[in-house]
Amino acid sequence: MRRRLDIRRYPGFLPVTILCLVVLYAPLLVVMVYSFNDSLSITRWGGFSFRWYMDIFTGPESAKFKDAAWNSLTIALCAATASTTIATAAAVAMVRGGAFRGKALNLALISMPIMVPEIVTAVATLIFFSAIGFTLGYLSILVAHIVFCIPFAYLPIAARLQGIDGSYEEAAQDLYASRFQAFLRVLMPLMAPGILAGFLLAFIISLDDFIITNFIKGAGIETLPTAIFGAVKQGIKPNIMALSTIMLSVSILIVTLSYFISRYGRQGTKAGA
Amino acid sequence: MAGELASTRAVSRTFAPVRTHLLIPTWVIIGFFLVAPVLMMLVYSFLTKEFRGGVIWDFSLAAYDQFIFDRGLFGDDPPQIEWTYIVIFARSIVQAAVATVLCLIIGFPTAYFIATRSPATRSMWLFLVTVPYWVNLLIRTVSMKFLIRDNGPLNEALLGLGVINEPIALINTDFAVQLGLFYSYLPFMVLPIYASVERYDFALSEAAADLYANRWTILRRVILPIVRPGIVAGCILVFVPSLGAFLAPDLLGGAKNFLIGSLIEEQFKGNAGNWPFGAAASMILLSLVLIALFIYARRQALRSAKAA
Amino acid sequence: MTETSIAIDVRNAVKRFGAVTALAGASLTIRDNEFFTLLGPSGCGKTTLLRLIAGFEEITEGEILLYGEDLGALPPNRRPINTVFQHYALFPHMTVAENVAFGMRRLGWTKADIEARTLRILDLVKLGDLAARRPAQLSGGQQQRVALARAMAPRPKVLLLDEPLSALDLKLRQAMRIELKQIQKDTGITFVFVTHDQEEALTMSDRIAVMSAGEIRQVGTPREIYEAPLDRFVADFIGETNVLDATVRRGSDDALTCHLTNGAAFPCHASVPPEDGAFAHVLIRPERLSLVPEAACDTGLTGVVDQAVYLGTDIQYGVRLDDGPDVLVRAQNVGADAVTHRTGDRVGLAIAPGAARLLVD
Repeated sequence: MRRRLDIRRYPGFLPVTILCLVVLYAPLLVVMVYSFNDSLSITRWGGFSFRWYMDIFTGPESAKFKDAAWNSLTIALCAATASTTIATAAAVAMVRGGAFRGKALNLALISMPIMVPEIVTAVATLIFFSAIGFTLGYLSILVAHIVFCIPFAYLPIAARLQGIDGSYEEAAQDLYASRFQAFLRVLMPLMAPGILAGFLLAFIISLDDFIITNFIKGAGIETLPTAIFGAVKQGIKPNIMALSTIMLSVSILIVTLSYFISRYGRQGTKAGA
Repeated sequence: MAGELASTRAVSRTFAPVRTHLLIPTWVIIGFFLVAPVLMMLVYSFLTKEFRGGVIWDFSLAAYDQFIFDRGLFGDDPPQIEWTYIVIFARSIVQAAVATVLCLIIGFPTAYFIATRSPATRSMWLFLVTVPYWVNLLIRTVSMKFLIRDNGPLNEALLGLGVINEPIALINTDFAVQLGLFYSYLPFMVLPIYASVERYDFALSEAAADLYANRWTILRRVILPIVRPGIVAGCILVFVPSLGAFLAPDLLGGAKNFLIGSLIEEQFKGNAGNWPFGAAASMILLSLVLIALFIYARRQALRSAKAA
Repeated sequence: MTETSIAIDVRNAVKRFGAVTALAGASLTIRDNEFFTLLGPSGCGKTTLLRLIAGFEEITEGEILLYGEDLGALPPNRRPINTVFQHYALFPHMTVAENVAFGMRRLGWTKADIEARTLRILDLVKLGDLAARRPAQLSGGQQQRVALARAMAPRPKVLLLDEPLSALDLKLRQAMRIELKQIQKDTGITFVFVTHDQEEALTMSDRIAVMSAGEIRQVGTPREIYEAPLDRFVADFIGETNVLDATVRRGSDDALTCHLTNGAAFPCHASVPPEDGAFAHVLIRPERLSLVPEAACDTGLTGVVDQAVYLGTDIQYGVRLDDGPDVLVRAQNVGADAVTHRTGDRVGLAIAPGAARLLVD
């Protein structure tokens, strides 16, 4: 009876939400399940097995996957570290720098990597690197990843900083801390959850990138996504599903981690709270 | 104290004196490795192509000309309108638009439903919707391809349940591409709409109900107009990446549904090897996106100016 | 008063934010060991003045001297002045003791000195046993004390307090008023206190500066401000008051008499006696008026009780004067046998000696 009176409620919205989640999760779950399929055919279910996981690490393609994984992880780590540092500095300037001319322009610059379609960024970067004679390879991938990770690192950091009352830095300065000490001892510890969330998101974004990497990687170097894409072109094999399952589990793990970090961090940022 | 607080507490200018130093890394990195490349791409689109990739530094409008006109195999026939590329762009726009509408139809009720949950469960629902976004897009698209193949689990299940008698041909259709785009960018629709519904004051719904509106009238006349900025933002966030998407058309659409992304890719990675043309197509795509963003920004500015 | 006994000397301070003038040329001196209050409504510039003294804002024009030395563009971390923030701004990632020690550490005190001072100051604010807690584990009142302890610990020459009691509930606020005043007396630190609460200002301050629209309207002791406001704004802002239009007559012995348009006349006082026949505003506080039988009235102020409101400690009457304005009268509620008046009763008004004061504006 109460439910019917609740004016917020719309019949049918719950089923749509469920449908939405089913569409989002069904393909992932199916791939997860079939990655444990003990059959060469990807269609028939041949019983539960870890053989395709073994195959990734010991099979004929294991060396390729290992190289690709190493490249992906080290690039993601470096790109996330660099972009988080740059984004933290930018966030402090944008959120705590007062009003200044060109602020909107700066914001546009920071968010440009999100605004420009990925394929356009890929084309432009490829053209630029070849024009200036920058050798395509590990370093070119790393540089491109730093660029497009900046806005993803920036957003949670800036959001966090906006939620931190300005009187904390003022109090620190009032208590004889220099500007740098105020940042290091007060602002940065308070920003830490945002910085960590930004780092993790940048890490995932770098780990996930396919389009840009595919354009500028040059010959002879692969990251996990480009290796998977290359393999999938010849049809979906069960070992790719196992690899995908590992990768998506890592992504979900990291996102879950960052979700709880930002939730935990939300407490106690308002002065006097 | 409200006014004074707003002016003295909300804005801390502690780091104003060093803000230039703090922004320099951003300027250098994004300026040198994104702004400069885009400008370089603009220059390349006006150069002459070298066969098998690369350019010759001769000014030429050939790339844009090729986009619009057909001058025959040797380029000396009288120009005729070349529809191939215009059709590819038009098809991309249609596909992106369909995906956007699809996202809106599913995304709005979802966002609304989540926003009306209790604060505790709300963040869990939101989390559930956003998690897939963080999973590698390639893996997600491959998963979708696996699911909807002719003899994939979806068709198997439907056959097994007796819903259909023979497999539905989903893969390599326009619908598969739309489904892929929808699946890729759905969270982009849900999040901004959620944000505006969450700010919506439900006392307005009660007021409307008090004035004899039924709940669908309330939705149409009160809620939708008020949360429109969120809907517009969501549509842009879905439309823009859909327009330049590469993975969904390539993996789910197959070769016959050429879209902008594949066209561009072909010029650099594939057989076409026409860099100026690829640069020109990228410039046109970028222009379309910037126009969409510009119109959106203008409307937002007008809206906030009106509010003030 | 010698030069050295002036703690803070504000000389014609102006602060503009773009086109907005927050402070339009304020001058005042704050004495050593004084409890000085900046009082005014929202947006009057009191917080801006405080932030100029602290160094959070750069002064547009004028200067601020601390014990005779111009503070100039000295950043806040170079000024021996500490602030108690409105919402305390206690560092949430540090314990109470770490918060209190923060300033002393930056000043490079020795470890032993810091420890001793932290203990001593936490004792002073009665928080000795909570030193290891985090701010989030404290009540509002306790957080308030930590903020006070933290600001006082590095022995500042001047302590600034930005509405520090506004976040507390009424009972606690009243208790803290007395305690703050006591701590100020015991430590001898100069306090500059910002508030919009006139009761707070009156109970704690040695002197008060009343501010409005970026200007200082009056500086004086609580008694001066309340009983001899210089202008209409101060009179209205501090407590309830009746302001009547009158013509002033100057008698032979320089005694002043107010004449209202309705014929009533009564003696009045002024800090600066006006010309004979001048038009003036007369200020009478409601509690300095009393209701008397109409026949016993010697002021000519007679009228009808329009309203009687029971306030507990007081009864407030609204009286409509014959051919004149409405005035408020406040009578102490002395008990059940007190004479009470009802709506519609005809009454006369008596004015306590010296209660009618002329305003200069």
